[in-house]
Amino acid sequence: MIRPLTTLTLALAFTSTLALAQNIDAMRGDYPIAEEPPAPRMEQTENTDIRRKRNYPMQPPTIPHKIDGYQVDLNTNRCLSCHSRRRTEASQAPMVSVTHYMDRDGNFLAEVSPRRYFCSQCHVAQFPGNPLVENTFEDVDDIIARTSAAQ
Amino acid sequence: MWAMIKRGWVTLSRPSRYFSLGFLTIGGFIAGILFWGGFNTALELTNTEPFCIGCHEMENNVYEELKTTIHYTNRSGVRATCPDCHVPHEWTNKIARKVQASKEVWGKIFGTIDTREKFLEKRLELASREWARFKANDSLECRNCHDFEYMDFTRQSPRAEQAHSTGLADGTKTCIDCHKGIAHQLPPMAGVEGW
Repeated sequence: MIRPLTTLTLALAFTSTLALAQNIDAMRGDYPIAEEPPAPRMEQTENTDIRRKRNYPMQPPTIPHKIDGYQVDLNTNRCLSCHSRRRTEASQAPMVSVTHYMDRDGNFLAEVSPRRYFCSQCHVAQFPGNPLVENTFEDVDDIIARTSAAQ
Repeated sequence: MWAMIKRGWVTLSRPSRYFSLGFLTIGGFIAGILFWGGFNTALELTNTEPFCIGCHEMENNVYEELKTTIHYTNRSGVRATCPDCHVPHEWTNKIARKVQASKEVWGKIFGTIDTREKFLEKRLELASREWARFKANDSLECRNCHDFEYMDFTRQSPRAEQAHSTGLADGTKTCIDCHKGIAHQLPPMAGVEGW
């Protein structure tokens, strides 16, 4: 049996959670948590084949083409059919970095290291969508230029 | 045995004793239409997707994989069915392929690929056979829809344009050389040319 006071406390807690939930995620827009907002339109992947700038030195380069249906599994790696060391001459695609042929102790291997095998873990195709949240990222070169100018 | 053949020949080489010429010619003509029509109808029946995926080997493996690809669902709703790619459209070659397919009936009866594991085990062999067939006929079944003459390079991505205007245009390459695994998943590709 639930006492009236407990019930009241529970009800209060529940309504306050509801009130909070409505503002908890800006990406959802103005939709209450119990409602499903309409799905945004699926964007077309950029397929220009023009290499993009890296935003910071260690950024994995983004993929400038479609990768729909690319099979990357135990049997084969579709990405490497162009980007592997032996295929770049025919494909003229950039070769995967030598770091991908190293194990985590820095030893060089003959093949792409298993931990680097699944390309889209780090490299992703892009579409020209609007960012969901504001991005205040600053390029390191811009910071260096600004600070050296200030000095 | 020899006597039987001889007796049959004697019967065939003599004029008919009971049936009129009209019956034999018109009757033969109608029977011919029925036979030929029936043959082609049956042939076309084996050339449909429901027939192909009547076997669980095809329905659960290759058909399921096809469903995720652009040859099954795409923006314009034009799709390829199994025979569009795997059976030659021209009659003579179609019959030749159908005769070869009797081996597949054998495989069905003896359960050569009746489990997923057996199928995966055999996949490289099966795929290699299709690749060889496409290579030999210059990817004819691709070209039944994708005609090089009407390709607009300006509508293609830079990479596609580059490949199609060089290797494909001068005939040193054919569709299947690059477009392996577009409608089904690939087997282990170690040692396959270009992979």
